[in-house]
Amino acid sequence: MSTADIEPDAASAPPASMKSGGRRFGDALFNALSVGSGLLIFVTLAAVAIFLTLESLPAIIASREFSGSADFSLIEYSLPLVFGTVLASAIALVIAIPISLGIALFISHFAPRRLASALGYMIDLLAAVPSVVYGLWGGVWLVPKLEPLYVFLNTYFGWIPLFAGEPTAPMRNLASASVVLAVMVLPIITAVSREVFLQTPRLQEEAALALGATRWETIRTVVLPFGRGGVVAASMLGLGRALGETMAVLMILAPGATFSLHILEVGRHNSIAANIASKQAEASGVDMSLLIFTGLVLFVLTFVINAIARWIVARSGPKS
Amino acid sequence: MSTPTTVRTEPSVHRPRDERRLPWYHLVFTGIAGLLVAIAVLAIVGALSVTSAILLGFVLHLLFGWGYSLLREGPRWATDRLMTLLVIGAFAISMFPLLSLLWSVISRGLTRVIAARPTTFAFWTEDMSGIIGGADAGGVFHAIVGTLLITLWASIISIPVGLFTAIFLVEYANVGWKRTLGRGVTFLVDVMTGIPSIVAGLFGLAVFIAFMPDQSVRMGIMGAVALSLLMIPTVVRNSEEMLRLVPMDLREAAYALGVPKWLTIVKVVLRTAIAGLTTGITLAIARVIGETAPLLLTVGMVTSVNWNMFDGRMATLPTFINQQYRNGNANCMSDTVTNPINQEVYACAVSTNIDRAWAAAFTLIVIVMVLNIIARMISHYFSPKLSR
Repeated sequence: MSTADIEPDAASAPPASMKSGGRRFGDALFNALSVGSGLLIFVTLAAVAIFLTLESLPAIIASREFSGSADFSLIEYSLPLVFGTVLASAIALVIAIPISLGIALFISHFAPRRLASALGYMIDLLAAVPSVVYGLWGGVWLVPKLEPLYVFLNTYFGWIPLFAGEPTAPMRNLASASVVLAVMVLPIITAVSREVFLQTPRLQEEAALALGATRWETIRTVVLPFGRGGVVAASMLGLGRALGETMAVLMILAPGATFSLHILEVGRHNSIAANIASKQAEASGVDMSLLIFTGLVLFVLTFVINAIARWIVARSGPKS
Repeated sequence: MSTPTTVRTEPSVHRPRDERRLPWYHLVFTGIAGLLVAIAVLAIVGALSVTSAILLGFVLHLLFGWGYSLLREGPRWATDRLMTLLVIGAFAISMFPLLSLLWSVISRGLTRVIAARPTTFAFWTEDMSGIIGGADAGGVFHAIVGTLLITLWASIISIPVGLFTAIFLVEYANVGWKRTLGRGVTFLVDVMTGIPSIVAGLFGLAVFIAFMPDQSVRMGIMGAVALSLLMIPTVVRNSEEMLRLVPMDLREAAYALGVPKWLTIVKVVLRTAIAGLTTGITLAIARVIGETAPLLLTVGMVTSVNWNMFDGRMATLPTFINQQYRNGNANCMSDTVTNPINQEVYACAVSTNIDRAWAAAFTLIVIVMVLNIIARMISHYFSPKLSR
């Protein structure tokens, strides 16, 4: 380590002649350890990308797209999984976003100040429950309870493509998985949007109230426009979580591999993560590479979505 | 449902005389009216149940409250009233899964844990070796050991790396190329936070099967590596936040006394932030201890205790829950089931697998909650009183 690398505070430190050997060694060690840890983060993420790519190469090379004659196709295998993953996450978000915004507004603007932190803690508890317990709860308790709702939707709203088809009990369909996913992403979206709503400039809110606005008008004209970026970012973070969630889908959904829009039908969809988890025990060789390839697709998908979300947060951050 | 403050007027707001605000208890009246009408309608249709009554009652409450407010207060306040009700409703809906989940886990799980099979709490001291079919016995001792061991190793990997990364970000990444590196690290830590747990599992698997001759190798340390991928970003985030809270004055005072930088970090910065760091790390542990998907891929499942992280498969609580749930209802030919090898006789129960899954879920939630409570207590009692 050359002297040029020594920290700026070294200038204020005693002259070199006064330094003991241990002192220098300690500084050098800490410098190396902390810079090394920072670099390790780079290396780890690079390793994730590299190992997933390396291990999925056999499947890519052996697939019909490249070899021309194999009995499986990467695209035919992956696309239904991507479709199922995206559809389940999209439905989960459609359910979760309005509810989360409601909760975030309730905690930040409606609930009594003394209660607010306790209520926030209740929502955080939802995030502390392990995903496998959600899967168990969803599979054993929730699915039978949802059956009347599905029958109702299918009977009276069957003309909407989403609710069409023939639902059969037990309702281990995409809709049930999405409901549980919605519960799981709810605390994330709530936590981020609550923080953003609380950062609304106090003076603007009071100005709106002083002009005679009702509480809702204040929220609509001041709080929501201010928090729009944060809410979008929160939803993207929730989407990232929903896309990668394994257990809720694995334990609830009866798998299938179609591009069906009928979310009430059983055995039509599957998600990437759940597919990996259910097939990995028996897979080896090319089958394993195929699974790792779908994992790589999922990794890239969530990477892009999270990066966009963080970019939105960072862009709207300093303004607040 | 309704809280008194929801319609309390701000004292500073000037109200025109023609917009009379109604007191909050009118909401209770419309609520009761909505509930009664809902019960009546449902009783006539023949679909009366607690859930349906509450749901329809809430919808009717929205309608009645809005209409009533529209007549008495005018459209602007009616919208305000409606939105207030909707927002409260959103919160109530979110409490519904939490309460029903906790109730299911406690009522079904605790029952199995304290059931005398063969003794109370034997569920926590026995493993699954020799348990076949619908035998109403067995326990999760092996899974508890596995969960604790794997989480311990994940912590051994993650805490130093995470802590030193946080120290790097706060203490070193201030100028020059380290600043650039620090920005990159911050971004990547954010990205790592979003890595799907199944991808972490695949990584743990891919790393080991790339170097091992045996493709079907599964062992505890693989799970620990996969979990640490998920744990490091949380440790970094939480620790960084805590280290930034340490006042600059303290560092400068130490430097002024000629204390070297590393000693300042150890004796001043880390010591001041120790309560917050412990809390953050405990929360990170609580987060990964319930992860299932990576362990499903990397450590497999066994029926007896395995203490060795570097050899053979291990059972963990989350994967145990998943396995028992997948087994589903057992098949009981008679009241008892006999193990053909050691001739032990157990009572047979159809729901034994699901019961064990609930009891393991109860165990897991107890561990997670205890960790959360410990974290809160540490931050509450031991945080330094910086502001006087």
